[in-house]
Order: sequence, then structure tokens, then C-alpha cells
Amino acid sequence: MTHMTPPKLLVIAESERDGLKLVTLAAVGCARQVAEATGGRFDILVIGAPVQAAVDALQGYGAANIFVAEAKELAVPTADNYAHVIVDVARMHGATMLTAAASTFSKDILPRVAALLDAGMLSDVTAVVPVGDEYTFDRVMYAGNVIAAVTLDGPVKVFTVRASAFPAAEKSGGQSPVVPIAVDRASLPNRIETHDRVATPSGRPDATEARVVVSGGRAIKNAADFERLVGGLADVLGAAVGSSRALVDAGITPNTLQIGQTGKAVAPELYIGLGISGAIQHLAGMKDSKVIVAINQDSEAPIFEIADYGLVGDVYAVVPELIGKLKLS
Amino acid sequence: MKILVPLKRVPDPDTKIRVRADGSAIETDGVKYTVNPFDAIALEEALRLREQSGTVEILVISIGTAVCQEQLRAGLAMGADRALLIRHDGETDSLGIAKILAELVRRERPDLILMGKQAIDDDSNQTGQMLAGLLGVGQATFISRLTIAPGSGRATCCRETDSGLETVTVSLPAVVTTDLRLNEPRYVTALGIMKAKKKPLEEIDAASLGVDIRSRTHVTRLTRPKGRSAGVRVRTVDELLQKLREEARVI
Ligand SMILES: Cc1cc2nc3c(=O)[nH]c(=O)nc-3n(C[C@H](O)[C@H](O)[C@H](O)COP(=O)(O)OP(=O)(O)OC[C@H]3O[C@@H](n4cnc5c(N)ncnc54)[C@H](O)[C@@H]3O)c2cc1C
Repeated sequence: MTHMTPPKLLVIAESERDGLKLVTLAAVGCARQVAEATGGRFDILVIGAPVQAAVDALQGYGAANIFVAEAKELAVPTADNYAHVIVDVARMHGATMLTAAASTFSKDILPRVAALLDAGMLSDVTAVVPVGDEYTFDRVMYAGNVIAAVTLDGPVKVFTVRASAFPAAEKSGGQSPVVPIAVDRASLPNRIETHDRVATPSGRPDATEARVVVSGGRAIKNAADFERLVGGLADVLGAAVGSSRALVDAGITPNTLQIGQTGKAVAPELYIGLGISGAIQHLAGMKDSKVIVAINQDSEAPIFEIADYGLVGDVYAVVPELIGKLKLS
Repeated sequence: MKILVPLKRVPDPDTKIRVRADGSAIETDGVKYTVNPFDAIALEEALRLREQSGTVEILVISIGTAVCQEQLRAGLAMGADRALLIRHDGETDSLGIAKILAELVRRERPDLILMGKQAIDDDSNQTGQMLAGLLGVGQATFISRLTIAPGSGRATCCRETDSGLETVTVSLPAVVTTDLRLNEPRYVTALGIMKAKKKPLEEIDAASLGVDIRSRTHVTRLTRPKGRSAGVRVRTVDELLQKLREEARVI
């Protein structure tokens, strides 16, 4: 069905010096789905410096244009400068829908963009359904206890998509024209000064991108045990690691590992929870995983109510055995 | 220095949320309400800034019906100086709330707006960033540390991002939103509650502010997510491995 007024989508890519953040492809996947369903089109905007690697990685997905705003002032994302550029591009090209994958990057910047465009915004959208000339969006609220169907008024709609709810776009071939955007450096607000950015080193895949996630909870007593048990099991499975808030609060794991309502949302093929009780706030970030395994010494732990396979036992005994047997095979 | 801290009334995080059978709203019977946990962290941080430097006025604001007085009283009992209830009954969204707050910032001229990064009811994580955009001021979101050197007019914040930690400085006035690890809010004491009774709680009708707060987002239906049911219990590591290999085929 073709919409009366087909949308012009603008996907905001998330890129780092070393290239594209893969979650961007979920937003591209969503935009493409909406464009195909409505006869609309989508463009992608890449901001930063350098951006070449990200731009190359975005070729072949069917974007009408890849807009590129490259300037050394934009090397590090700051909400005010990035919002300024995004608003300019959105106005110049008449974008009617702006989207990005939900992450701390987009959550920092897109609400600011929405305010500047006087547009309504929805966060963590899990489905976009065209209805007549409008749309219904699904999103989760109340720590994943409720799914809300929501409509958005106004000529411009802004939303972030939950990466785990949209399959990453697949390449369909073809080159998208790369269109440089002139950045007027003097007009950048420059209200936020970044001193340093300390990426937490991991050497393991990101939990939002991995096929298997091994996650540890309060049962794990210290960072060395976390590395040995959670990290050890993850490594034999080629998995990412995650943790409950309890471990982040205790300083045992970095904030980047927190899964849940106020951390990351993941939906891997296999999620293994080690000594995690299954608080609703944690479940909010992982219960869409395909297969869930729980290992917990308390047979009444709520996580067993949602686990496909539950093993009652002490992680300090079970996990080394598991690692040993996996290594043998 | 003057700090504005918005407090949202939300269902207690430990309450079980149920959707009404007709999908129109959540069941409110028996639901306990509280100050949004992230907002309590914001207020705690404001109180600590006052304890460090002495001359800080803390204004707490809530937007909603008369029931929000309860959360404002809780904020006053924690130690805020003054409370403002913006009376509004009806649909709102983050942008509408941000516009009300922007108007109040113009009237009250705070140096800092300290807010929760997200409300645990709608989980939107938008209002602070929208407010900063409307005001054209700097923002620092999801922070786990805040330092304001006296007289510097600047706030240095450590932000928690998906890839690690980032330190930023913003000139005041600015909007700063809190993450969970910034601090642990104090408990309200009996003495605090007594004192709160004497502190000013002013009410203003939202309509009198002259801002357009029509909601652009409309919730049309609520549903429960597909539940997962408990699977099977395995007794040994061998059994677990066998199931994962042969039944689930995920390893
Ligand atoms: C506003 C708010 C936001 C929140 N956001 C999040 C969030 O995003 N993510 C999140 O995870 N939490 C979040 N929480 C916290 C959440 O409510 C829980 O407190 C937290 O998830 C508990 O972590 P846990 O399961 O590791 O610890 P606990 O609940 O303490 O559970 C530990 C489990 O380990 C088991 N155990 C102990 N020792 C062993 C052993 N040797 N072997 C096997 N099992 C053992 C115990 O039986 C228990 O079930 C939030 C809370 C609030 C109020």
C-alpha cells in the first residue's frame, strides 16, 4: 500500500572512530521496513570525524542518500552540536520521521532534536505499523510489564528503536549517493566540553550484538570470580558478558555490562543467568532472549519462572564443571 | 546557587503492574506510589551540594493532580526548601512537561536543573534533554559523578555511556540527569517530616503558564507482553549440555 504522503525517513547513524556501531543496522532495518510498506524512502546521516569507515559500512542497504557531516568539532558526539546538525539536515531535506537505534548515544541526542523540531518522540519502539496515513508504534513501559500502542501527532515524528526488536538490515546491493553536508562551524552551540572518554576494555562482543550472553548476578563475589566464572564460560561459548545491577553497584562489573530496565536490552539466541534472582527490572532487559538458562542455588528464584532450562546449584561448583566439559567437546 | 529538581509520582518499583482488562490503562487499585527513584537521586545530589557549600536553595517541582503533593512533601522532608505543584489533569508527554519546566526555569532562574534520567513508569528518558534543548543550555545525561567548584559556574560530570565513562563540563545553567550510581538517597526521618509541614508548597494551574502542552503522543491501547512459561529443570551439567545441544540447538 502506498501512503498518501510517503514518509521521508532519516536514520541517525552511530559511529566511532573505528567505524559503524552495529546497532545502527537495526534502525536501518526498521526504516527500510517502513519505507517499503509505505512507498517512502530513507536517508542515513553520519556525523563525526573521521567517518569514512562508517559511510562504507552503510553502503548497500538501499538508502536514498547517505548524508555526511564531517568536521573535527564533531569528532566526539555532544548532544548540543549533534542535535544542531541533525535539525539542520532534517529541515533541509524535509524529513518526516527521524530514528536511531536506542543507545546512550541516541537517548542523549534525539530528545534534544525532538524539542528543537517541536516534535513528539517515542523511545525504545519495538514495532512500527503504518495505519492509513499515520502509524501505530509499540513500545514497552513499566519495566517491560506493559506494551503500549502509541500514536504520534505532528508533521515530524522522532523515535528510537530497540535493536533487539528489529532484525539488522541486510545488504541488497547498490550504492547510495554520498552527500556531504556543509557544517557551519561558527553556528555550533559548543556548550558541552568533553575531557575524556574511557571505553571499558572488553575484548568480548557487546551484549547487544552477541548470539550468546552469559550474565552474572550477586552470587559472584568479586571481579576475579566474575572473570573466571562468567568470563570463562563466555569465552568457551564465544559469548558476550553481562551483569545485574547488583554487581555494577558493588563495583564488581562496569556500568557497560548492566542489563535491564535502566541498562541495556538484549535478546540473544541464548542467555545464561548465573546467580541472578530475576528481578523485574533485570527481566526487562533480557526476557525476549530466545533460550534462557538459569543457574541459581535457590529453587524458588523468580528467574526459574521464565527460564527454559533451570539448574538448581551453586555457581561456584556448576560453572567450572560446565566450562571444563565444554572445553573437552 | 539555586537548584531545581523535578519529582515525578510513579508506581513503586516493587509494585506489580497489571493492565486493565479493557487495555485502557494500568490497574491503579492497591498501587503504592513513590518519588521516581532517579528523581530521588537527583534531589539527594542537590542536598549534598548544599551540605558542601551551604548556600544552595533547592526547589522541588511536580506536575500533576493534587495527589502529587505527597511526593513534594517527601522531597521537602528529605530537605528541599520549597515546593511547587503545577496542577494538570490529563494526558501529557515528555515534550509538554519539558515546556512547563522551561517556563518555570525562566521564572525561577535556577543555576542547575538536576533530574532523573528516566521515569520508571513510561521509561522514556527524554525530558531533561528536551528541556536543555528548549532552553538552549548544556546538558550532561546519565551521570555518576558531579563536581561543581564553588564560584566556577561550571559543572563537571562523569557520564555512563554504553561503551564506558565520559567526563564532560557544562557551563551553568545546565541540565544534568542522574544515573543510579550517583548516590544513594537518604531516608526521610520523622524530624524531616515535621519540618516539611512548615515549608512552603505553592500551587499553580498549568493552564495559567501560557505554554502549549498538548500531548503529541497518545497511548491507544495497553497489553501484557506475551508471557514466558517456566521450562524444565535439569539435574546435572551433563543434562543441561545435552538439552542445549540436542533440544534447543543453541550451542
Ligand atoms: C529504579 C530501578 C532500576 C533498576 N534497574 C535495574 C537494571 O537495569 N538491571 C538490573 O539487573 N537490576 C535493576 N534494578 C535492581 C533490581 O531490582 C535487583 O535488585 C537486581 O536485579 C538484583 O540483582 P541480582 O539478581 O544479581 O541480585 P539478587 O536479587 O540479590 O539475587 C542473587 C541471586 O543469586 C543467588 N545466589 C547467591 N549465591 C549463589 C551461588 N553461590 N550459586 C547460585 N546462586 C546463588 C540467590 O539465590 C539469588 O537468587 C533496578 C532497581 C530499581 C529500583
